[in-house]
Amino acid sequence: MEAVHEHGHDHHPSGLMRWVTTTNHKDIGTLYLWFSLIMFFFAGSLALGIRAELFQPGLQFLQPHTFNQLTTMHGLIMVFGAIMPAFVGFANWQVPLMIGAPDMALPRMNNWSFWLLPVAAILLIVSFFVPGGAAAGGWTMYPPLFIQGGISGDMTILAVHILGISSIMGSINIITTIMNMRAPGMTYMKMPLFVWTWFITAYLLVAVMPVLAGAVTMLLTDRHFDTHFFNAAGGGDPVMFQHIFWFFGHPEVYIMILPAFGIVSTIIPTFARKPLFGYASMVYATASIAILSFIVWAHHMYSVGMPTAAQLFFMYATMLIAVPTGVKVFNWLATMWQGAMTFETPMLFAVGFVALFTIGGFTGVVLAIVPVDIQLQDTYYVVAHFHYVLVSGSLFALFAGAYYWLPKWTGHMYNEAMGKWHFWLSVIGFNITFFPQHFLGLAGMPRRIPDYALQFADFNMISSVGGFIFGTTQLLFLIVVIKCIRGGASAGNKPWEGADTLEWTIPSPAPYHTFATPPVVK
Amino acid sequence: MMSNLIKKVGGGLALAMYSMLAQAEYALNLPQPATEIARQIFDLHTITMWIIVGIAVVVYGAMFWSILKHRKSVGHKAANFHHNTMVEIVWTTIPLLILIVMAYPATKSVLAMRDTSNPDMTVKITGYQWKWEYDYQQDGFKFMSVLSTPREQLENYNGKSDKGENYLLEVDNPMVVPVGKKVRVLLTASDVIHAWWVPEFGIKQDAIPGFIKDSWFKADKAGIYRGQCAELCGKDHGYMPIVVEVKEQADYDKWLAEQKTKAAAASKDAGKVYELAELKSMGEKVYAANCAGCHQAKGEGMPPVFPALDGSKMVNGPKQAQIDIVMNGKAGTAMPAFGNQMSDTDIAAVITYTRNAWSNKAGDVTQSSEIKALRK
Ligand code: HEC
Ligand SMILES: [Cu+2]
Repeated sequence: MEAVHEHGHDHHPSGLMRWVTTTNHKDIGTLYLWFSLIMFFFAGSLALGIRAELFQPGLQFLQPHTFNQLTTMHGLIMVFGAIMPAFVGFANWQVPLMIGAPDMALPRMNNWSFWLLPVAAILLIVSFFVPGGAAAGGWTMYPPLFIQGGISGDMTILAVHILGISSIMGSINIITTIMNMRAPGMTYMKMPLFVWTWFITAYLLVAVMPVLAGAVTMLLTDRHFDTHFFNAAGGGDPVMFQHIFWFFGHPEVYIMILPAFGIVSTIIPTFARKPLFGYASMVYATASIAILSFIVWAHHMYSVGMPTAAQLFFMYATMLIAVPTGVKVFNWLATMWQGAMTFETPMLFAVGFVALFTIGGFTGVVLAIVPVDIQLQDTYYVVAHFHYVLVSGSLFALFAGAYYWLPKWTGHMYNEAMGKWHFWLSVIGFNITFFPQHFLGLAGMPRRIPDYALQFADFNMISSVGGFIFGTTQLLFLIVVIKCIRGGASAGNKPWEGADTLEWTIPSPAPYHTFATPPVVK
Repeated sequence: MMSNLIKKVGGGLALAMYSMLAQAEYALNLPQPATEIARQIFDLHTITMWIIVGIAVVVYGAMFWSILKHRKSVGHKAANFHHNTMVEIVWTTIPLLILIVMAYPATKSVLAMRDTSNPDMTVKITGYQWKWEYDYQQDGFKFMSVLSTPREQLENYNGKSDKGENYLLEVDNPMVVPVGKKVRVLLTASDVIHAWWVPEFGIKQDAIPGFIKDSWFKADKAGIYRGQCAELCGKDHGYMPIVVEVKEQADYDKWLAEQKTKAAAASKDAGKVYELAELKSMGEKVYAANCAGCHQAKGEGMPPVFPALDGSKMVNGPKQAQIDIVMNGKAGTAMPAFGNQMSDTDIAAVITYTRNAWSNKAGDVTQSSEIKALRK
């Protein structure tokens, strides 16, 4: 490829300042990925606190107020600190490489959107130590409960604002890059699916993050300036917050899964050695899911007592989303069908994704049905459902992507045996944790409670055991990554036989500057 | 520590396996329905699950077949197809048709469960942090319903777990309704959002402060049915169960008569003047049921969220300020307004108690007539 060293004249600082001042998409991608991994371990340890307390009935380790802080912060940090930044990290690394661009379109803004994140993270973590402890009203921040909280409520709101600004800037950057910096010949319908899914996701982010910012600002003014947006005594309505929140929150669900679809749609064809089945329908399905995601928000709040007609509308719209989601699953299956598959770790995680995400999709259909949801809303069934789509969905796709591109990023192959152990222990631990939660929910265990009736004891114990297996297994991933950075078999330009996107045409590790002269796509 | 944990985990697994085997009827499904609506929900869930099982057999069948047969290690050569319009149309329309089939019974159930017209009786239910109030408005009495599981059972730091059969699902005063009657419930809350949920009745409705929402149930059989608050409502969200006692009509009538007599007796007592000691002992009970959740049993509170009442400046100062905060609450904090939750006597008692308990030594007595005078 083109000589890297002609750029020898732009001296970049070294040491810490390199990372603080960097505008290089690869550096920033790496920062995002490390940040999200650290947050993943932090929020994961909060979850282990929850599972430890729920191991047996009665209060063992945590007082109820502390327990509520853990559930709240586990949710907030996993969503905004771990899963979302991890996907942005992938976008930073891979979008320019996959469309043949030299960098992101707005490199300085890119630097800023990353460096906002640690500020928000510090606010959230420090909030555990302020008087009254961290926010404890649930990651959904429903008023009036959230308004009752102490100063940590304000810190959380500020953190959400900062994270929102960061996401919006990141998305603008991704949209601009994809629109303007594709290599000659790469028309929209030739873009790799990962790029497509991020393109659509970025639009979703730009559309809904300001809505969330508005909602939390109203919380803030309700807390301090008596605006009564959500207080009936002052002419407001607490349910209005839920409508605004979920108008953001439902698209948010797809923000966390569409890029995962993109990663999986990249990996399965590679290891099946066969082109992706139904590329065009995948693009259209992604777009339909994104559009439909704006008109289903109230299925998170069937029990507030909205008009019957509204319940029916949101039920039909929600059921409709199952169609494009089903199309995706069928397309992945058809891609695997008649392939010549091998099962390296990225493929294992991708197939694990298809198998388990589908379970989350099935329970999603169950929950879409209003009468059934009335029974299951706010129970452990919902907890099981969204962990099947977010852990065995989003997180597994992130692992798949990490194993797939680590050779490109580091120049070394990761340890395949350890990768396989990581996969199998994760699958087993995950299912032991979350499958029994379906039964808990059906039997009537509410979510977000620190203690439970005796009939729920056995499944909670099993679930906690699974949680600790799953949690400790993730340390394996950390070891694999560190080992892979330190050394290992040389990856060569293209370690995966079936891969055909542009990043595999450049050396590994990817040079600091790539595609200074754009490649030509036929 | 570690070996202890391993022992616990190992023991737990063994225990879990054992009880799985021991309990033939294990809770893997929705509870046995006790109303027509719950039965419809149960059936809808069953139908949906069977459809899902059908789809799952096809999806996972294809997946595992291809994983087994279409792998490079068994020498399978990759095909090169990547498109088939006919197939894509088929697998878009079939799910669509299945969904339409599912939507039909679901719509019928939604219409049925939302039809609150022509009730036989109506009860207004109010959620408080962390208890429920049942107001039989037509019959002129109301009462609070609070968790009755003793505190010792909750806080088993010593690892003992001698818990009662209905641990966390028992209350002092259950809601009581007659069997086979359509009971309309009006739900609201006084502080934060709660949700009133009885799984066997298939009813769950959020209780929203400032709004009244309604729902209904009609129990098939006499018995005791248990549920829990289903919307996170703060510290003791896990401790606000719901118990509904469904009685035969005759038994219900008897219960109703008793409640009415009690209410009448209480209103006769209203103007009575009490001694300090009497009020203190009445106040101690009121305190334990209504205040200890936040201000703690010995008035030590949980600063800074819940202030201590023991040694509090306000409690040891002039009583007007204290009566005001107890009756009207404090907006923007968790301190509820007890004015319309408690009788004059109860308020007078709890004020007198807190002013003379622990290290507080105000020495004065508050009579119910003083509270009555403040209500206009
Ligand atoms: C849901 C929790 C909760 C319950 C239940 C509750 N309180 Fe409070 N209480 C509070 C909070 C929070 C404050 C602090 C309000 C503030 O910030 O000024 C408070 C303040 C007070 C104060 C003022 C203390 C001071 O020093 O300023 C008094 C007196 C008081 N409560 C009495 C009671 C009594 C009597 C009861 C029972 C009938 C009760 N509270 C039940 C939460 C509660
Ligand atoms: Cu509640």
